[in-house]
Amino acid sequence: MFRSMHEMLAGQAVDAELTQLSQARPGDRGVIVDVRADHAGGHGVDVHELERRLLEFGFVEGAAFEIIHQGLIGADPIAVRLDDMRVALRRRDAEDVWVRLDPK
Amino acid sequence: MSESALQPARVALVGNPNTGKTALFNALTGSRQKVANYAGVTVERKEGFITTAAGRSLSILDLPGTYSLRARSPDEAVTRDAVLGRLAGEAEPDVVVAVADATNLRLVLRLILELKAVGRPMVLALNMYDIAQRQGLRIDLEGLQRELGCPIVTTVATRKRGIAELTAKVDELVATGAISTTNVWHEPSAAEIRGAHREAQRILKAYVRPPEHPDTFTGKVDAVLLHPVAGLAILFALLFVMFQAVFAWATPLMDGIDAAFLWLGAAVGQALPDGLIKDFISDGVIAGVGSVLVFLPQILILFFFIILLEDFGYMARAAFLMDRIMGGAGLHGRAFIPLLSSFACAIPGIMAARVIDQKRDRMTTILVAPLMTCSARIPVYTLIISAFIPNETVGPGLNLQGLVMFGLYAAGILSALAVSFVIRKVFWRGAVEPFLMELPTYKLPSVESVFRNLLLRAQIFLNRAGRIILPLMVAVWVLSTFPGPPPGATEPAIDYSFAGMIGQAIQPLFAPIGFNWQMVVALIPGFAAREVAVAALGTVYAVGDAEANVGALGARLAQHWSLATGLSFLAWYIFAPQCAATLGVVKRETNSWAWTGVMFAYMTTLAYLASFTVYHLAVALGGG
Ligand SMILES: Nc1nc2c(ncn2[C@@H]2O[C@H](COP(=O)(O)OP(=O)(O)O)[C@@H](O)[C@H]2O)c(=O)[nH]1
Ligand SMILES: [Mg+2]
Repeated sequence: MFRSMHEMLAGQAVDAELTQLSQARPGDRGVIVDVRADHAGGHGVDVHELERRLLEFGFVEGAAFEIIHQGLIGADPIAVRLDDMRVALRRRDAEDVWVRLDPK
Repeated sequence: MSESALQPARVALVGNPNTGKTALFNALTGSRQKVANYAGVTVERKEGFITTAAGRSLSILDLPGTYSLRARSPDEAVTRDAVLGRLAGEAEPDVVVAVADATNLRLVLRLILELKAVGRPMVLALNMYDIAQRQGLRIDLEGLQRELGCPIVTTVATRKRGIAELTAKVDELVATGAISTTNVWHEPSAAEIRGAHREAQRILKAYVRPPEHPDTFTGKVDAVLLHPVAGLAILFALLFVMFQAVFAWATPLMDGIDAAFLWLGAAVGQALPDGLIKDFISDGVIAGVGSVLVFLPQILILFFFIILLEDFGYMARAAFLMDRIMGGAGLHGRAFIPLLSSFACAIPGIMAARVIDQKRDRMTTILVAPLMTCSARIPVYTLIISAFIPNETVGPGLNLQGLVMFGLYAAGILSALAVSFVIRKVFWRGAVEPFLMELPTYKLPSVESVFRNLLLRAQIFLNRAGRIILPLMVAVWVLSTFPGPPPGATEPAIDYSFAGMIGQAIQPLFAPIGFNWQMVVALIPGFAAREVAVAALGTVYAVGDAEANVGALGARLAQHWSLATGLSFLAWYIFAPQCAATLGVVKRETNSWAWTGVMFAYMTTLAYLASFTVYHLAVALGGG
């Protein structure tokens, strides 16, 4: 269902394999396909600002990632290995990062 | 060369966090450092001076780490403004030294592209080159140099390698008068950031060969330290050890400092003739300095742990582990460090809130930090507990006095969580800022840098103590000394002073919470620093040297106060903003009297409500 919402907001057809980074589990690996902050509101910063922050930390199309850890409560936040560095973020902020998971 | 030796060339160190800027700064400047604040903001300005082999003097600026010149926090704004020459009273740097962790070049390359747009002459210091070599990382330095159009020096800041080469390169750029190009920097848009990433990726591919033996240490350590259960258990164990250390190790040192100042006060008292000057020196100045210095051991021990954990790379992990736990109350994971520091003293805690890049999260943290039980409350708690709470065992290993002390700490923590929850709802309407944080690779802290940093903390604390706290102590002394008692007065002198008059005038306000006028009088000097209330109670109840004689004062209080009054006083001290220095720091950090007022108002309200409730409950239960 998030797929259709994304399609609607992004106004483009989306590969059936795409999922949000916020849905990934520890051990999941893959490639970032699309960073597009289009969830209006609730972030305390506007969507374009969130998008730029994600980009500045290296969440950029084409980057390889692996989820390495998650918190105890609500499996949040998550620690992501991005190419050769590690970044922590909350799942709600990871909703705007669309990824293609490697087959297991 | 026309530039004089009097005007050193200005060099700024810029780079991502944790790339070794401070280590490089220390290696470059040794002990020739000066720490101050930037005008208007309380971001630390660290400047050092060196003379190059060619005899030129350079001024080196250690700037806060950042990922982009598009600043998101006051710290990052300083870096941006320093690089762009926008800071009041500061010229733009003559040379920018971009500091990069050679093993983690991706994000810094993007920053370097931004710095190039600014157009100042630049040198790239590829730091942590030892680690890069150990990993078998290959960097085509020649090619990279050509590509970026700036000289590159490899350095190992912690072992002072490459330092001479770096200064020589800087010297060369200044000497040849390398010209700046026009500043074409502007805040990059999302599309431009993407473009810069592609560019960085292309450069990496062309000139850097991935390591033969990538770092596996960090991954292995994280498997334990970031484990959802074991990681939290380790964090709490670590906190336990820290608190043990802060309280157990500091006690002998604090006793020593106390004794030294008592001795000094007495010695001066004997050397000077009786009179106002003697009172001023021994009771105002010496006692004032002593009451501040006594916290130095605790602050240093706490900072020792914090610096060690920060340099090791653990603090970001602690923020990760605590984020959700604190997030429930509307606090940011990073608020953990400032709040932890606040257990020693709210002042360093509030200053540490700068690591939080979001304004709202930072404000919330600053506003609740003084609710953490700082060490200045301990003397007050100890006095009242020893006077009113029986020293009995209430269970296996449980002592009633200890239990009450624990309860007071818990009340502070829980109320801080509750207040931040309310602040988020009331002021920020529930908005939650993004939480993004790099988890740096673990590194063995260098002994030298830990001690240098510790020395710096001590310096900053003493400096502040001298400039803010001491004058306040003197003001309080004046209030409680003048006017002197009339001839033939029978009551303690403070009763006749301004403090006494104020206390008696406003006592009706405090009657509903069970305070008598002597207590109100003691609250006034207690406003300079919480623990001064103990000495002040000693003065109003005429118990000589109350701090060294807590037993006698406690007995006196138990005679004069009801149990309900004692408990009400404890409740007051959990919440009341009884610390002028904290309010001063909040004003400076938030740059707003309004926020300072909000803090004063909410803390006073909570204190009054808590005391009122406790007093009337205790009276109802027969403790009146
Ligand atoms: N092995 C190694 N460690 C370094 C080097 N430079 C800095 N460090 C360590 O890296 C950590 C971060 O350094 P710091 O100077 O605080 O970084 P800053 O955040 O950029 O100021 C500290 O633990 C330093 O001891 C280096 O060249 N080699
Ligand atoms: Mg630093």
